[in-house]
Amino acid sequence: MKTSIWKLTLSYILLILIALACIYPAAFTVMSSFKAGSSLFSETFIPRALTLDHYKNLFQGADLSNKQIPFVRWFWNTLQVAVTSMILGTLIQLITAYAISRFRFAGRKAIMSTVLVLGMFPGFMSMIAIYILLLQMNMLDSKWALVLVYSAGAALGMFVAKGYFDTLPKALEESARIDGASHWTVFWRIILPLSKPIITYVSLTTFTGAWVDFIFARLILRSRENWTLAVGLFELVDNYQSTEFTLFAAGSVLAAIPVAVLFMFLQRFLIDGLTAGATKG
Amino acid sequence: MNNVRKHAKTAAWLSVLTMGLGQIYNRQYGKALLFLFVHVAALTAFFTRLFYDIGGLITLGDKATHLEKVGRRYVNVEGDHSIFLMIYGLLAVIIGLIYIVVYIVNIRDAYRNGQIRDKGGIAPSLAQTIRNVQNEGFPWLLLSLPIVGVLFFTIMPIAFMVLMAFTNYSAPDHIPPKSLVDWVGFKTFGDLLFLKAWSGTFFGVLTWTVIWAVLSTVTCYFGGIFVALLIHQKGIKLKGLWRTIFIIPYAIPQFISLLIMRNLLNDKFGPINQYFRYFGLDGLPWLSDPFWAKVSLIVVNMWIGIPVSMILVMGILTAIPKDLYEAADVDGASGFTKFKNITMPYVLFATAPLLIMQFAGNINNFNVIFLLTKGDPKTLDYNMAGSTDLLVTWLYKLTLDNSRYNIASAVGIIIFLIIASLSIWSYSRTKSFKEEDMIQ
Repeated sequence: MKTSIWKLTLSYILLILIALACIYPAAFTVMSSFKAGSSLFSETFIPRALTLDHYKNLFQGADLSNKQIPFVRWFWNTLQVAVTSMILGTLIQLITAYAISRFRFAGRKAIMSTVLVLGMFPGFMSMIAIYILLLQMNMLDSKWALVLVYSAGAALGMFVAKGYFDTLPKALEESARIDGASHWTVFWRIILPLSKPIITYVSLTTFTGAWVDFIFARLILRSRENWTLAVGLFELVDNYQSTEFTLFAAGSVLAAIPVAVLFMFLQRFLIDGLTAGATKG
Repeated sequence: MNNVRKHAKTAAWLSVLTMGLGQIYNRQYGKALLFLFVHVAALTAFFTRLFYDIGGLITLGDKATHLEKVGRRYVNVEGDHSIFLMIYGLLAVIIGLIYIVVYIVNIRDAYRNGQIRDKGGIAPSLAQTIRNVQNEGFPWLLLSLPIVGVLFFTIMPIAFMVLMAFTNYSAPDHIPPKSLVDWVGFKTFGDLLFLKAWSGTFFGVLTWTVIWAVLSTVTCYFGGIFVALLIHQKGIKLKGLWRTIFIIPYAIPQFISLLIMRNLLNDKFGPINQYFRYFGLDGLPWLSDPFWAKVSLIVVNMWIGIPVSMILVMGILTAIPKDLYEAADVDGASGFTKFKNITMPYVLFATAPLLIMQFAGNINNFNVIFLLTKGDPKTLDYNMAGSTDLLVTWLYKLTLDNSRYNIASAVGIIIFLIIASLSIWSYSRTKSFKEEDMIQ
């Protein structure tokens, strides 16, 4: 089949335009983060004067009209929350998916439909109750409360992992069980080692989920030094409008790097998981 | 016959009487002790605390905070806090339900072990039972922790919110501890749908929510298909590179790209309008004009959403059997015919259920709206909502900024009803797809 030249040219032009649109916001932000001054406005795309001041400011805890920006603290908080939620959330999600996928027991169908129904409520329907509950337990304004909230709900995202477990052959466990292995041994020694792709996928999604969550973080973390990056950067933009854009840009670059790097390395797993989740419905 | 089943029945009835009695009868002393302990603990809790709590759930308190004359001075006396009463009542009900489940398990257990004895066996000891639970009850053992988590952090809060929709818990007149909250039945829903002050906002926001969900889903979906096909064409080189570049928006955390976009689209200093001016144009009020704010939202959402659709469609494109195209070539079909009759039906078929799920997701797309426009620009036509607010962001503002909890809960329930009916519809459709056997 012949593809006409002009059609190919047009396609390439479109591809280049889309690529520019994809890259532009990120590129503009990276450029701004090295730009001298604090304003959003920039005469040229590549700034005339380059500086590392904004990054330095962030690490030293910049002062904006008497409001501290404890960026390092925020970063550390976010990392703690994201890593612990990832470990707990992944464990809970895998255990749930495994139980639902590999066992047939009374109440299984009921649990699956409950999970489906719960998924239809907007997440923050539960906000006020969680707020009052945490207030009562004296856990408001604590990172660990945030971890608790993320991990407690992790089981509800089990369908992708369940789909993966469904594809593993039954004979695996059956033969091990006949050899006398307990259920725990089967799970830890046989199933988990075979599940690296799905473990990677679930860990990645729970980690980024906690890293980027804004709604619950803003609800639970009340004091400035306990904020996560999402809350801190939002306030930075919201309070100063566009007057401190370069500082915000530097903060965004630092906040985006861990997620983007993880993503680039683990792209394959993520794409497989996404596709699997989509076709399973 | 009657004689044979004697142990089972006796044990079961004893267990109905008191948890653990049947187990004692079956000579399972360890287990009996456990059940008895649970029983005593639960009864103590009920009589000291839980019955009172359930009562509180029904009345929601009867004494408001008031001044009382003590001697010659008036002292402020703390009244009942209706909302805490409600939460505690709810917790008590949940504990009660768990207690009932344990009670039923206890009776069934006594009956089963009685049956074992009827057949001449000996009921297993505690150590054996634990071993059995590890085998037969293994899935439940695995699920116990997730279930507790979901029960307390998802189900209970949702139940609480649903209850709130039927009260008058709302600023300014019914905020504890200053004043009491009462049950009002369906009045909140009535206000929301028929009272002018609310219904105007509700139907306005609902309309925009539906428009938004349709447009954002359709643009991302067909945008994704378009981009995927563009890369997939014969003769395009460096397919992997294009794909990697086009996934970049997906790799950046959403809140960051949205906050960046908010700056890029800034009316006065943003670079987008700066380029407009460079070409001698005035630039547009991207985020401050109701109409253009909506346009910006759709476009920014495309930027965020197309990569995901693209990835999915690319996966499907590579899965289309090559022989379909070869057969078409033999028949002399043109490129366009092949696209129309093979590629499109295949892609649409495989992704139709996804389309509905994305639609449901967009109805609840809090992040894009809240981080880009915060629901603004503000408008006088709406009550506590801006012109780009979705039902969810309105719910958020009603709750956190305005303390109109009952209205917010009613809005939440309505969102749930919309999404639930969509999902059920999509579920039945998916089933029919699978039965048609076109794919897989």
